[in-house]
Amino acid sequence: MSFINYSSREINCKIVYYGPGLCGKTTNLQFIYTKTNPDLKGKMISLATETERTLFFDFLPLALGQIRGFKTRFHLYTVPGQVFYDASRKLILKGVDGVVFVADSQIERMEANLESIDNLKVNLREQGYELDKIPFVIQYNKRDLPNAAPLDELRRQLNTMGVQDFEASATTGEGVFETLKAVAKTVLSDLKRLSR
Amino acid sequence: MMNTQLVMYEEDFKKILAVIQRLVRDANAKGIFVVDKNGQLIAEAGEVRGIDTTSLASLTAGSIAATGGLAKIIGEEDFPVHFHQGTRDNLHITLVGGRIILVVVFDDRSSLGLVRLRVKKAGAEMGKIFEEIQKKAEREAATGTAKSPFAEITDDDIDNLFSE
Ligand SMILES: Nc1nc2c(ncn2[C@@H]2O[C@H](COP(=O)(O)OP(=O)(O)OP(=O)(O)O)[C@@H](O)[C@H]2O)c(=O)[nH]1
Ligand SMILES: [Mg+2]
Repeated sequence: MSFINYSSREINCKIVYYGPGLCGKTTNLQFIYTKTNPDLKGKMISLATETERTLFFDFLPLALGQIRGFKTRFHLYTVPGQVFYDASRKLILKGVDGVVFVADSQIERMEANLESIDNLKVNLREQGYELDKIPFVIQYNKRDLPNAAPLDELRRQLNTMGVQDFEASATTGEGVFETLKAVAKTVLSDLKRLSR
Repeated sequence: MMNTQLVMYEEDFKKILAVIQRLVRDANAKGIFVVDKNGQLIAEAGEVRGIDTTSLASLTAGSIAATGGLAKIIGEEDFPVHFHQGTRDNLHITLVGGRIILVVVFDDRSSLGLVRLRVKKAGAEMGKIFEEIQKKAEREAATGTAKSPFAEITDDDIDNLFSE
């Protein structure tokens, strides 16, 4: 839930990258981190296992610039994708303003994608949110791999709500900023709508 | 209501700041941070130079969320007080009113006993301030008088943020 501070004239929004294990959530944040001007970013924090799997979350604070004299900041979080970390995922979803679902395009991960998106819906509902009522975009990651499923197939299975979606290769950064911009814009438009 | 947006006005902020500035002195603390449960820094006081406050806020919220989850597993509502002892600096963390986290950094110029005592009083005051803020937000939400800088923004304003 966004936090508007009239005193420091700041607005903070929380965006969560969700998706199955190894789909590339952490890689998205790492790419954003390396490509962002040092003045606009804070430290990236990764609470990870020794094998670099996310244990609790990654966190990256970004400053986007000003809107009507308010500094607009986005706090990006990733969840741990491995199935057994569900309790942690629930905690990270608290107070979320927008969600990016990172799908793993590899054919053999289709089942994992579907399970993860269901898990997202269930966990959001536990917090009193509905996926179709919050800012939400989908990223089909790992498009560079030869075993990537056709885009149509991914869309048909995963994007049943018809939200904005993007192809990406997070390791090279393709599609990463497009995804981020889309979710950030949706969050801001939502704030505007809700404050009417 | 759980999902009301947190809106902080200048006058509320000043009240909070006054409470923690006094707490820094009364508790002989090095620094004090007020963090919202979602990981956003609300206010700070004391010697806070050199501390990455954004990271501190996010990790504090993560840690409180994790221990809160643990509490529920064993049938407790929450663990409202946390103490971490270091070789030089210590952290005293308290949950205020279920939504706000008060973080006190102190060294051997103070003591756990003193910090605990002073935090109790300051925490109660802070709880009242946030209750007021919450009530105000609910009132505004109910009557639709919430003024937000975002009510007036245009799609162009949003687009401009992204034109590098
Ligand atoms: N080929 C290819 N590999 C990728 C891509 N994105 C991520 N990877 C690789 O996939 C592996 C897992 O990436 P992570 O970003 O750690 O995955 P994650 O979603 O954070 O995984 P968890 O933390 O376990 O949930 C790493 O070895 C990445 O380099 C991509 O677009 N293409
Ligand atoms: Mg990860």
